[in-house]
Amino acid sequence: MPALLELICPAGSLPALKAAVDNGADGVYLGLKDNTNARNFAGLNFDAKALADGIRYAHNKGVKVLMALNTYPQPDTLSRWHQAVDIAATSGLDAIILADPGLMAYARKVHPNLRLHLSVQGSATSYEAVNFYRERFGIQRAVLPRVLSLPQVENVVNNTDVEIELFGFGGLCVMVEGRCLLSSYACGDSPNTFGACSPGHAVRWQQTPKGMETRLNGVLIDRYADDEKAGYPTLCKGRFDVQGETYYALEEPTSLNSMEMLPEMARLGIAAIKIEGRQRSPAYVAQVTQVWRAAIDAVKKDQAAFKPNPAWMAQLNKVSEGSMSTLGAYYRPWK
Amino acid sequence: MNLLNFPKPLARFVSTLPSWPASRAFVAAGNLVAWPSLRDLDWSHVAGRRFRVQVSDLGLKLYFSVNANGFRALHNGLADVTFTATAQDFARLALRLEDPDTLFFNRRLLIEGDTDLGLMVKNMLDAVELETAAAGMPVGMGRVVMKLRHLALK
Repeated sequence: MPALLELICPAGSLPALKAAVDNGADGVYLGLKDNTNARNFAGLNFDAKALADGIRYAHNKGVKVLMALNTYPQPDTLSRWHQAVDIAATSGLDAIILADPGLMAYARKVHPNLRLHLSVQGSATSYEAVNFYRERFGIQRAVLPRVLSLPQVENVVNNTDVEIELFGFGGLCVMVEGRCLLSSYACGDSPNTFGACSPGHAVRWQQTPKGMETRLNGVLIDRYADDEKAGYPTLCKGRFDVQGETYYALEEPTSLNSMEMLPEMARLGIAAIKIEGRQRSPAYVAQVTQVWRAAIDAVKKDQAAFKPNPAWMAQLNKVSEGSMSTLGAYYRPWK
Repeated sequence: MNLLNFPKPLARFVSTLPSWPASRAFVAAGNLVAWPSLRDLDWSHVAGRRFRVQVSDLGLKLYFSVNANGFRALHNGLADVTFTATAQDFARLALRLEDPDTLFFNRRLLIEGDTDLGLMVKNMLDAVELETAAAGMPVGMGRVVMKLRHLALK
């Protein structure tokens, strides 16, 4: 039977992985402690021992483990990415999530039995692109970027054999995944190669008489009054002076929450729902996994009667960036 | 469930305490209760760095550093990184009831100074299993901690 609405949850540490498993995830995705993945933060992620322990724990409970290798290797450090693929292939995990075609070619050639997923960072928005990755590298699942409306997702699903995974919940960005260079203007690093939009070393928060200031490499990107909710310290979520007016010029801090679209996603045969947030703590993973497990179970039981429970939505809004959420591009009346 | 809601008169009293004895008491408690489950972590990137924990509702400022032998109290002064939150929120973080990013979005947690250092410590602590930490605590304190968490989750 093809996969349907598998719940794929984030883990930045072994306790987070266990929180996901214990609260009902079907799969957990994680990364290694370096820039081979897009959550490259100090102290976060898995070393060899945590990886082995995590895979054992998850597999004992029938839960899959996926590894994100979703940054773009650079010529002088290519061997690090190859080693990461080798580690994934020999550790017994269930799939790797890749963005770089060169890395897919390596994985396909050296580890032909390793299951490959196309990362959202690969930015494939059409069935032609998804099928290209299938034909050339044998990918079995694609995570679609969050720029498509649901009818556009349907068009992809109807024209490919590749399983489709959609984002269900978590931080939103400007969504030019895999091609965004915004943070490099302030930090000199690109998220696609460094593995973080705002490297910790470049971020400074300071409470001042005017409010809490967020700076990125010295550049003031936002100032919050005491009663204002804060967002992640990324350039895309900063407020800027545009012709004498200061506002969120690119996007405001908010999280994606597509829960009310679950019945439609089930109808389309969406293979999996991804929860964002490997940078977050076990408490978040437990709270969000629990809510989404209940929601997906409810949809599978009765699609027509499904309505998001207000308590679930309140719980999700509580942990959302800026304490609010949006349907993003999934719902839009225009084409 | 509310954890550590201090009555105002007590908070006023605590805020008059000097930092040095408070830091020493905090460090002594930390070494007794938490260090057994933290000693195996790689503290090499953190050694010698100066931490300040500000408990905003109590007006309490704690200064300390961490090395391979445990926590060490410091006299007032400059800190490399400062964490500010209420006693209640620090307790909820310690019991894994609350996610630090959630508190940050809601302006209940502030990290000033070296963000990378703050993130590293946060992530190192997240990687410690609460059950393991509780099991390493002396005289049944671990059971109290797990019980508190259990009650708060209800």
